[in-house]
Amino acid sequence: MWQRIRSLIIKELWAVWRDPKGRAMLIIPPIIQMVLFSFAATLEVKNVEIAVLNRDMGGHSIELMQRLAGAKDLVRRVVVMHDEEEATAALAAQDVLMVVRFGADFSRDIGARRPASVDILLDGRRSNAAQILEGYVESIVDQYQGELPGAARGQQPTLVTRAFFNPNLESAWNTVPCLTAILTMLVGLVVTGLSVARERELGTFEQLLVSPARPGEIIVGKTVPGLLIGLIEGSLIIGFAHFVFAVPLGGSLWLLYLSMTVYLAAVIGVGLFISSLVATQQQAMLGAFTFVAPAILLSGFATPIANMPDWLQLVTLIDPARYFIVIIRGVFLKDMPAGLVLDNLWPMVVIAVFTLATASWLFRRRLQ
Amino acid sequence: MTPRDRLRRLTALVRKETLQIGRDPSSLLIAVVLPLLLLFLFGYGVSFDLRRSPICLVVEQQSAAASELTASFLASRFFSVQGAVTTRDCQEDLVAGRVNAVVVIPSDFANRLYARDPAPMQILVDGSDPNTAGLMANYISGTWQTWQAIEADSRGRGVAPRLGVTARYRYNPEKESRNFLLPGLVAVIMTLIGTMLTALVVSREWERGTMEAMMATPLSVFELLLGKLIPYYLLGMAALGVTTTIAVWLFDVPFRGSVLVLVAVSTVFLLTTLGQGLLISTLAKNQFVATQAALFSAFLPGFLLSGLVYEIPSMPWPIRLFTYVVPARYFVPSMQTMFLAGDVPGVLVPNSLALLVIATVLFAVVAKKTPKRLDG
Amino acid sequence: MEPLIHIDGVSKVFGAQPAIDSLSVVFEAGRLNGLVGPDGAGKTTLIRLLAGLLKPSAGRLRVAGFDPVAEPAGLRDVVAYMPQRFGLYEDLTVMENLVLYADIRGVVGTERRQTFERLLSFTDLARFSERLAGRLSGGMKQKLGLACALVKVPKVLLLDEPSVGVDPISRRELWRMAADLVGQGIGVIWSTAYLDEAERCDHVLLLNQGKSLFSGPPGDLTAEISGRSFLVRGLGSERRQVLQRALKHPSVIDGIVQGANLRLVLAEGAPPPTPAELGAPPTASLDPTPPRFEDAFVARLGKRQTGDSPYAAREALGTAGEVTVEAKGLTKRFGSFTAASEISFAIKGGEIFGLLGPNGAGKSTTFKMLCGLLKPSGGIARVSGFDLMSAASQARGRIGYMAQKFSLYGDLSVRQNLDFFAGIYGLAKGGVPVIAKMVEAFGLGPYIEVNAGALPLGFKQRLALACATMHDPAVLFLDEPTSGVDPLTRREFWGHINALVGRGVTVVVTTHFMDEAEYCDRIGLVYQGRLIAEGSPDRLKARSRTGACPDPTLEDAFIGLVESVERNGRGHDAT
Repeated sequence: MWQRIRSLIIKELWAVWRDPKGRAMLIIPPIIQMVLFSFAATLEVKNVEIAVLNRDMGGHSIELMQRLAGAKDLVRRVVVMHDEEEATAALAAQDVLMVVRFGADFSRDIGARRPASVDILLDGRRSNAAQILEGYVESIVDQYQGELPGAARGQQPTLVTRAFFNPNLESAWNTVPCLTAILTMLVGLVVTGLSVARERELGTFEQLLVSPARPGEIIVGKTVPGLLIGLIEGSLIIGFAHFVFAVPLGGSLWLLYLSMTVYLAAVIGVGLFISSLVATQQQAMLGAFTFVAPAILLSGFATPIANMPDWLQLVTLIDPARYFIVIIRGVFLKDMPAGLVLDNLWPMVVIAVFTLATASWLFRRRLQ
Repeated sequence: MTPRDRLRRLTALVRKETLQIGRDPSSLLIAVVLPLLLLFLFGYGVSFDLRRSPICLVVEQQSAAASELTASFLASRFFSVQGAVTTRDCQEDLVAGRVNAVVVIPSDFANRLYARDPAPMQILVDGSDPNTAGLMANYISGTWQTWQAIEADSRGRGVAPRLGVTARYRYNPEKESRNFLLPGLVAVIMTLIGTMLTALVVSREWERGTMEAMMATPLSVFELLLGKLIPYYLLGMAALGVTTTIAVWLFDVPFRGSVLVLVAVSTVFLLTTLGQGLLISTLAKNQFVATQAALFSAFLPGFLLSGLVYEIPSMPWPIRLFTYVVPARYFVPSMQTMFLAGDVPGVLVPNSLALLVIATVLFAVVAKKTPKRLDG
Repeated sequence: MEPLIHIDGVSKVFGAQPAIDSLSVVFEAGRLNGLVGPDGAGKTTLIRLLAGLLKPSAGRLRVAGFDPVAEPAGLRDVVAYMPQRFGLYEDLTVMENLVLYADIRGVVGTERRQTFERLLSFTDLARFSERLAGRLSGGMKQKLGLACALVKVPKVLLLDEPSVGVDPISRRELWRMAADLVGQGIGVIWSTAYLDEAERCDHVLLLNQGKSLFSGPPGDLTAEISGRSFLVRGLGSERRQVLQRALKHPSVIDGIVQGANLRLVLAEGAPPPTPAELGAPPTASLDPTPPRFEDAFVARLGKRQTGDSPYAAREALGTAGEVTVEAKGLTKRFGSFTAASEISFAIKGGEIFGLLGPNGAGKSTTFKMLCGLLKPSGGIARVSGFDLMSAASQARGRIGYMAQKFSLYGDLSVRQNLDFFAGIYGLAKGGVPVIAKMVEAFGLGPYIEVNAGALPLGFKQRLALACATMHDPAVLFLDEPTSGVDPLTRREFWGHINALVGRGVTVVVTTHFMDEAEYCDRIGLVYQGRLIAEGSPDRLKARSRTGACPDPTLEDAFIGLVESVERNGRGHDAT
């Protein structure tokens, strides 16, 4: 039995590697995704263009503008506007993300210790970026207020915000480690899903079925290569995150790999499930894609699960990526203790047992 | 060859294509299932808007001020609050990701408040999700400021802060992320149909040998391509109609532009996606490769590099430069503008022109690359 | 008058390899023109050149008065083309396919109605007009493809391998249709790898490696070897051994098994050997027989087969005479449809058993149940005494399986394929000694690191056979093993099979190919899910001998038996 399984696994690894399409599938998409997700998938706000409509004659508005314009990486260009219409037109045409308006009495009010306000008008078509920008503006104005003469015992208490785990709120510290979940999912699905379809297309599947290999052995022979390749690609991304992006890796690597193995098992179960339904590699790929898109969108990677409606939050409970993302963030950034990892591990174990069992059942049924 | 003959042939090709879409599982998946799936996922699931975000409120010592502040956090629709007495109690929840932020009201909160201490309260956010962390900080300080204003007002003391920021959001005053995500998603859905589906069905004709059979009939290559373009153009526009309707009626996204302009701009975009689909299928006469190529050359860039979710200006310059050849980059802001702002020529004209240029180039290449015979 | 098709010094080169090599030939209208040759001979390339789908690298080409490349519009109006792979839209119905082609060809109104009526009755597809083309059997697909090509009556009809994967009955119908069309004055080009089809053509172009081996009436070629074809009769049970010896005789240039007899072709001017010289029993006799096209083709190629096989050297299994494969009441139901019903037979060691039957008759279902690919709804299939369901793994360890398209891992090298099959069959020492022997015996050494998918056809077949027999199976299942293979490769293959059988291996084979069926000791004919006849090829032939057909071929017998069931079946339905 072990000899047969070994032969099946070696054959599978060779088949994936020597098939130009299979090899391309293992190399090109991960690289494209690694580049795109690491560098492009950012919600940070940088290099924005803003407009100023300054009716104020005093120095406070100019000083504030300079501080705003000088904020590191934040503002690329400040366009000076001359009237209201010009400003709104620039906002409408998306030439600028924000219009900053200083009223005619801005500096005078400050000088006279009257309340003064910086009016900002933001583009709601990019409300996420606009809100981040608003936050920046607020903190700059806040800080400026604290430096105003006579502000030592300021009128307005300010708040101190500290970010745990990722003090500078670097986007890449989130996206690059989480890429492990996305890419290993894709690899696991594709390797198992496509391999069965490939054998069907070639006609070798029947050859396999008439051999003494038992269905269980065939399933193991299809599962292990996906697991191995998934673990290898996962390791590459972990290395990439830690060594290239300098993401701290505080927690237990051992727990991370254990979780990745369980996660991959769950995913491969889905891959086998897909493969038992499809006839061609093309259909297998579409099937994998149809699974990956919602699994990633509902995993909490891009947007928090807490923002979803309650019924959809329930749906996310069956998404293995949801748990793995928590573990990845935990192990990388939070030095997550074993107990908490296990809390997120056992649901994945349940999912893996379920998907693998269902897939093997379906698989065996298709064999007969 | 009379025009009537030509028309009959085209109608026959279009009818054939329509029948096939309904009968092929892959086509149905791409044309119907995936668009609807994405639409509902984005309508319900993908949201940047904090909604009962779990926070931990640490009240080290009860006081009147502390309980008033607590009440205002509890009343906020943005937070779901759990209480604690020490920061340490929340530490585990923060690590486990069960709460996104911890707000610490220190034991001498009241004193600090009255003493106008610069930092009467502390906010600790979970930085492992930086975007949410930033939004959390904004919303928490917003709640704090509102509370402060009310509190100061009730005591009849100096109401407004000395220097504040008044922010207004045009086009989307409620700051609903769905309002900009759903219109932008149309670009992705049209990419699925225009590029992925078109590439798939044309490559299937090559793979199954039907293209060869068609080429041996009096049909010209031009007619064959038109026979593909028309049905998938119509399907793409139908998807636009369905998506727009669902977005407006079910998800309450405003639509402030005119339908005519929407159709015109979408047509130009759809042409780019169709051109890309045809190009892929002439280069890869194999369904598997075509699907993959469409996924990585159209779908993924449409998602990541179009400004739909992620910020183009924040990307490093080589990628920023690359986005200029991604058609969705021009279409996503156009759609968001037509929905939320109306027909703004300043956005629509330059973007449509860019799309037109891309479409022209793509079709020129397709015309050049499409084989008139099996050997080119 | 200009001939219908004029090919003048035409070459077509792909990369460095010429697929058509300075070919000059003329095809006339109102004739059935056969384009004959093994796979890779250049048949498809030539047809595509004629259809204007490829541009010749050199030479001149005129089809129905048009230059296919310069005047495609005119050409396509008068040329109908049916590609090898149907060219049908499988997810459209029969009628929708027809309507599409009629619209494209501008056949409308009354003309269309009449055409459809005529075509549907001509192809007998009227009953299936609402069925999806993808759900049709191979034969029906070809008939539909033909109907689609004929919505507008062409001057030239190009048919690329219309008889591949088609059972003898449908094949005969296709021939009848083609003959009809020829009668209407249409020039038909029919390409085929089956050499026996060449004899039915008015004119044959025999292609080999892009060159013309022969062009003219098929009789002209067979006449070249007249008097050199012989049947060796009265061989008893020893025909396979005699064949091996006969092939060593200097006079014999070709030999195959034909039912109980051997067909030999002698070298030019060679005296006929005596039975004793061939090592045949004294009862044997050597009788002249009319030469066949294939005899002449092999003679033209001038390459001799040796009949040697590495399997001959292996020790006997000692199973001769024992029942090794047994089907008892095998039944398979798919929903309410019974694909196979109560099929029973027993096959002995050292016997070749052929499963024949029209497409969709239940032959493949039976075959799959026998080798364990399908679970029977009822009955038992046993191999070497093991039940394929309850002791599947043991039973499967005793069988070898080789499918139509040499299902090897095309991206794996020859060695990796061998290693894999050695591993999965659990051979001792990882199969190293066996693999070494196989590689040497089959001459795979030079190709050992080559991807299996890139091997020449003959070597692919050798590798597939090596993989299927490495574990020394007692029973070998062959699913259309030599479909589309050239006659020499096919002879080599059957040489190995004969050697295996000589050692006591049992062979079960399905085929549409009557030449292959002639190798069988016994044939089971499956129709409408039942085993309607069983017996040696000669007995089946004898059963369908009639006054009108005194010397039936196996194909005649096949069709006759199926039709008699059809008649009786209808009689039953009536009562």
